[in-house]
Amino acid sequence: MFKLEPRPAPSRWMSLASPLIALLCTVLIGTVMFAALGKPPLTGLSMFFFEPIKSAYAWAELSVKAVPLVLIALGLAVCFRGNLWNIGAEGQFVVGALAAGWVAMQAGPGTSRGIVVAILLAGVLGGMAWAGVVALLRDRFNASEILVSLMLVYVAEMLLSWLVYGPWKDPAGYNFPQTITFDAVTKIPRLFSGVRANIGVLIALLATALAWAFLFRTYRGFALQVGGLAPAAARYAGFSSRTALWTALLVSGGMAGLAGALEAAGPLGQLTPYVPAGYGFAAIIVAFVGRLHPVGIVFSAVLMSMFYIGGELAQSRLGLPKALTGVFQGLLQFTLLACDTLIHYRLRWVRSAAAGAPA
Amino acid sequence: MNELALLIAASLNAGTVLALAGIGLLINERSGVLNLGAEGMMLVAAIAGFATCVHTGSDWLAFGAGGLAGALMALIFGVLVIGLNTNQYASGLALSLFGGGFSAFAGIRYTQEKLPPRPSFDWLGLGEVPFIGPALFKHHPMVYLAVVLVIGLTWFLYRSRAGLVLRAVGESPESAHALGYSVRGIRLLAVAVGGALCGVAGAYLSVIYTPLWVEGMTAGKGWIALALTTFATWRPVRVLLGAYLFGGVTMLQFFLQGRGVEIASQWLSMLPYVSTIVVLVLISRNPTWIRVNMPASLGKAFFPGR
Repeated sequence: MFKLEPRPAPSRWMSLASPLIALLCTVLIGTVMFAALGKPPLTGLSMFFFEPIKSAYAWAELSVKAVPLVLIALGLAVCFRGNLWNIGAEGQFVVGALAAGWVAMQAGPGTSRGIVVAILLAGVLGGMAWAGVVALLRDRFNASEILVSLMLVYVAEMLLSWLVYGPWKDPAGYNFPQTITFDAVTKIPRLFSGVRANIGVLIALLATALAWAFLFRTYRGFALQVGGLAPAAARYAGFSSRTALWTALLVSGGMAGLAGALEAAGPLGQLTPYVPAGYGFAAIIVAFVGRLHPVGIVFSAVLMSMFYIGGELAQSRLGLPKALTGVFQGLLQFTLLACDTLIHYRLRWVRSAAAGAPA
Repeated sequence: MNELALLIAASLNAGTVLALAGIGLLINERSGVLNLGAEGMMLVAAIAGFATCVHTGSDWLAFGAGGLAGALMALIFGVLVIGLNTNQYASGLALSLFGGGFSAFAGIRYTQEKLPPRPSFDWLGLGEVPFIGPALFKHHPMVYLAVVLVIGLTWFLYRSRAGLVLRAVGESPESAHALGYSVRGIRLLAVAVGGALCGVAGAYLSVIYTPLWVEGMTAGKGWIALALTTFATWRPVRVLLGAYLFGGVTMLQFFLQGRGVEIASQWLSMLPYVSTIVVLVLISRNPTWIRVNMPASLGKAFFPGR
């Protein structure tokens, strides 16, 4: 039988190879799944792994999904590195979109283009406020950030639902649960005409650089990570765990809120009950697949966006449910977790239990 | 008065879902493993149970299928966390995300399906007694079975040798290991049993409680059940009482709407989530109290030979 044997030091090679092996396993399982569903596996796979990247237009579409994923996952990486489990980014995303939407609805004929900045700022503040509740309850009352942040997702969704069915409903919207379509002046500027990619791409890249600098080049980022890895060592060094808590949650909330603002004033252009699209949850996987490293997150967000587009294509062309996206995302996370074991352990073939472990 | 009886009945019914999942997670956590995948296990079990009921017409086969699905899901988690020593938080989250996607995928053709007429019950001929009849004696057998399970679990944990071993594994895996117990085997078993109970809860939700299949229909019930184990300081009877209380909070919105209370339904729908946070804050305020009651090795990996 196989036996797990600890490696003397974590394998650097494996830590890079493991996401690739995980991806390979996901593709293999995907092939089997398509075959089991009676669909041609190659056509199915090409929808997930080739069609989304085959042209400039496809890449632009990919960026629409990847930008919110990168932004949210960067924030989550900061949290997770500090051993803080904010899993309610979806809620922070929604509240960011709500705050941004409120600003966007104030726009009138005389409004200048500068309102876009205000919209984005509102989104950041909205997300920070929602994550701030989590930080406050954890800091003051020791309440689990996992449960509080998750419960607040449902609360945020109800809040959104109340607003679009109630006070914010478009009076001329034939009673549909939606706000007015935001004024054209509030639209997030696009990068090129004709494609949906907008300046969110630049913001996400800038955020990636900033997150890298924060994590690896600042005192506060260092202290936060030590607190995550070895709380006792952090205490001994005098790093404040409260500072780390507030920093991590406000950063990740702000990033999720920013993503919400970009979504509301970008591709959506109004608020509907469908603002929460699961980016906040998918970003958890993005963060892990990206090794909680800003550069890795960019790659894994692109990969995860391919799953989104692949799911949409599989629905329209093969008649398969769109939920396939979630299955692939979950599979990738599982296989990655399993492969990551190989960073710290070696698989060794042991003939039988009686032969015992080699000396 | 009659309305109150119906509210009590509905609370017990809703609470049964939370109670079943809650005691499953309690067994799980008593062994020292924290499974954040409850939501995913319940969803997959909900569709497994629903589909079984559609095809066979049997509620009990549906519960069996749900329990099996939950146990299988839990075993994926167990193999990762206990066998491969992965991070418990990350693996549990992955299970929740995967379960959400997979159940939506598997359930796509069942969204329009209807179940055969749901049976009604009248126990001991007391169903027509005013007030207590409709409140207590007209439930599905599973409601009473959940109570029996809680009593049985209490006996198991505090009066049986196997229960003592389970608690020892959760409190001090090193000692249990030194005494010759297979810590990882016991944990895997506890995880599977916990998953099976979450699965029965999921099947009860889709087959009896709702009864229909909707994508993401658990709506946070798995997470509330997780919170319940903390509220109950890992005691079975308190899990049951907490579950009824939260079942009541969930039902309160319909009760208030029925009374013509002028609040938007969304604010009432927030109640279970907000009250979870409030109770969590009240309970967690005293960290020592939590620490004394929590299984000491909860969330920590045990890997002999390292």
